[in-house]
Amino acid sequence: MAPLIDMKGIQRTYVMGDNLVHALRGVDLTIEAGSSIAIMGTSGSGKSTMMNIMGCLDQPTKGTYKINGKNVSGMSKSELADIRGRMVGFVFQSFNLLSRTSALENVEMPLLYQGVSARERHKRAMAVLAQVSLEGREDHHPNQLSGGQQQRVAIARALVCDAPIIMADEPTGALDTQTSYEVMGILQGLMAQGKTLILVTHEPDIASYAGRVITLRDGLIIDDHTQAPIDAAAALARVTAEREEADRRMAANAEKAS
Amino acid sequence: MNIFTTFKLAVRALWRNKVRTLLTMLGIVFGIGAVIAMVAGGQGAQASVKEVFDSLGTNVLVLSGGAQRTSGASGGAGSRQSLTWEDVAALRSGEIPTIKWVAPTMSTRTQVASEEANWNTSVTGTFAVWFQIRNWETTQGTVFDEDTGNSTAKIAVLGQTVATQLFANASPIGQAIRINGQPFEVVGVLATKGQGPRGDNDDIIIIPLKTYQQKLDKGLAKYLKGEVLISMTAEGQAEVTIAKVTAMMREKHKLDGADEDDFRIRNPAEFAQAQKDSTERIATLLAVVAAVSLLIGGIGVMNIMLVSVIERTREIGIRMAVGAKPFDVMTQFLVEALVLAAAGGLLGLALGYGAAYYMAGYFGWKLFFPAATAGIAFAVAGGVGVGFGLYPAIRASQLDPITALRYES
Repeated sequence: MAPLIDMKGIQRTYVMGDNLVHALRGVDLTIEAGSSIAIMGTSGSGKSTMMNIMGCLDQPTKGTYKINGKNVSGMSKSELADIRGRMVGFVFQSFNLLSRTSALENVEMPLLYQGVSARERHKRAMAVLAQVSLEGREDHHPNQLSGGQQQRVAIARALVCDAPIIMADEPTGALDTQTSYEVMGILQGLMAQGKTLILVTHEPDIASYAGRVITLRDGLIIDDHTQAPIDAAAALARVTAEREEADRRMAANAEKAS
Repeated sequence: MNIFTTFKLAVRALWRNKVRTLLTMLGIVFGIGAVIAMVAGGQGAQASVKEVFDSLGTNVLVLSGGAQRTSGASGGAGSRQSLTWEDVAALRSGEIPTIKWVAPTMSTRTQVASEEANWNTSVTGTFAVWFQIRNWETTQGTVFDEDTGNSTAKIAVLGQTVATQLFANASPIGQAIRINGQPFEVVGVLATKGQGPRGDNDDIIIIPLKTYQQKLDKGLAKYLKGEVLISMTAEGQAEVTIAKVTAMMREKHKLDGADEDDFRIRNPAEFAQAQKDSTERIATLLAVVAAVSLLIGGIGVMNIMLVSVIERTREIGIRMAVGAKPFDVMTQFLVEALVLAAAGGLLGLALGYGAAYYMAGYFGWKLFFPAATAGIAFAVAGGVGVGFGLYPAIRASQLDPITALRYES
C-alpha cells in the first residue's frame, strides 16, 4: 500500500523583499497510515512550512507531494481546500476557534463545507464533543471555556470530518503541564482509532509521545528515528498523583503550624 | 454550503455589529425610500390626472361667471352672475362648429329623504346631454332623455352613494324621495365613479334643469347661477374653442377691448396636465436623490465589507483551513452584503411608503402602492448589495490561508 504521506525532493522558497528565503531545501519523507510522528526543530528550521505543505495549506516550489497516493502539485485552491476538508484535521497552538460562536457551532463548521445536512452536522458534532469529554459544554463560547477545554473543542473540530490525518502545531504550547498531558492523552487516544498523528513542536518532551521523531534544521531533515512513545495517560496519572501528594503535604504542614 | 445556512451566518455576523450595520444601511434606506416615493408619487399623480378625465369626461370646457370685485376684493370665479340663458342658447346654436354638447348646470347642497332615511347631498339640475358629456351610465333604471330633461318633470337620477344612503340594498327605481321637501320619483341610479378631485363623485342627485329652477331656485331668472359644461367634437380643439367662446361671450356681454372678461373658461385637462408636469418634476428630483443615495449607500456597503474582511481575516483563515473553498468564502461575504442591502431596502420601503402616504395627503393624490414597487425596491437594493459587495468578497476569497491564519488583529 502507498504511504499516506509521500514527499519527494520538496523545496519551498519565499521572496522576502530582495531576499530569497529557502524554507525547505529538498525534503524526502514518507509517513505510513496509523503512525505518529513528531516534527522537531528550532524556529526557522522549516517545520511550519513542512506542516503547511503536508496539510495542503501551501504548495511546494519544487518536488512532488502525494497524499493518500494523490499528487497535489499544481492543484487549484478549491481542490486543495477539498483535500484539507476531507483528509486533514488541524489543531493549532492558539486553538483558532471562532469567537462569539458556541463550541457546537465551531465543531459543526467544517461539515458546512462538506455539504452535510443540519441534522447530521448536529449529530456528528455532539458525538465528537462527547469523545473529548465536553458533554454539556456545547453551548459555551470559547471565552467561557478554559484553555484545555478550548483545545479539546479544536480537537473535536479536527475529528468531525473523520479525516485520517490529525496535524497538531504546538498543541500544548499555550497550556499548563497537567492540561498538556490531558490533551496529549486525547491525541494519543486517536491513534487507537487508526488516525495518523503529526505533531509539530520544538519541545522534546512533547515529541516523546510520538513513535517517530524527525528533526529539521535549515530546511533539511538532519535526524529521523523511531522510539517507544511515552504513554500520556500514564504520565497524567503520575503528575496527578504527585500533585495530590504535594497538596496533602501542604495541608499537613498547615495543620502542624496551627 | 447551502444557501440557507449562509444566509443565517450572514444575519448573525451583521447582528453582532448592530449599530454599524444600521449606519451602513442608511444610504440604501434613503435611496430606496426615494425610489418608492418616486414610483408611488408618480402613479398617484397619473391617477389624479386620469381621475379628472374620468369624472369630467374628455374634451370638456367649463364656462362660469367671472369674479365679482367688490372694492378690489375678488369674490372668486362664479361669484358674479354674468352668464345668461341667451348665452347658453347661442352656444347651443351651432355657431361654433367645434362644440358638440352644451349642458348648463345649477347645483346646491340640500337635504333629501326617502321613507326610511335622509341624507344631505349635492343636487344638480341640467340637461340630458350632461350624462353624455360626463360619459356616465346607469346601473339601474335609466337617465332622463332630452324631452324629459327639458320638462319640469319631478324625476331624479341618484348617484350610488345617495342610493345606498336612502334605500340601503333595496331598489330605488320608482320610489319616491323628497328633495328640499318636494316629492320626486327616482328613475335611475348611476354607475359608481369613486373619489374625484372634489370628493365623492357618487354623492349626487341629477334632476332636470327646469325642475331645479322651479323647485330649488327662485323660479326662472335672466342669469344662470351655475356653470356650463361644453364638450367638443374631437380632441385638440380646446384652444380654438376657448378663443371662439371668449369672443362670443365678450360680444354678448358687450365688452369693449379694454374691459376684463366677466366670465371664465377652464380647461380641466390643462389643469390636470399642469399637475402632472409638476409631479413629474418632483419625480425627476426624487430619481436623482435616489441615484445619489444608492451610490453613496453602495460605497458605504463596500467600505464596511472591506473593513469586515480585514477584521475577520483570521476567521477566513480558520474556515479555509477546515476546508472552505474560495467560492464558499466569497459567497459568505457576498450574501452578507446582500442581506445588509436587502435589510436597508426593507427599511427604505417603510420610509418610502411613509413619504408616499404623506405626499398623497399633501397633494390630494390617491395612495398608490402596488406590489411591483416592493419588487423594484428589492431588486435595486439587492443589485447595490451584490454590485458593491463583490469586490470585498473576492478579496476575502483570494486570501492566502497561511497568512490569514497568522493574522494578528
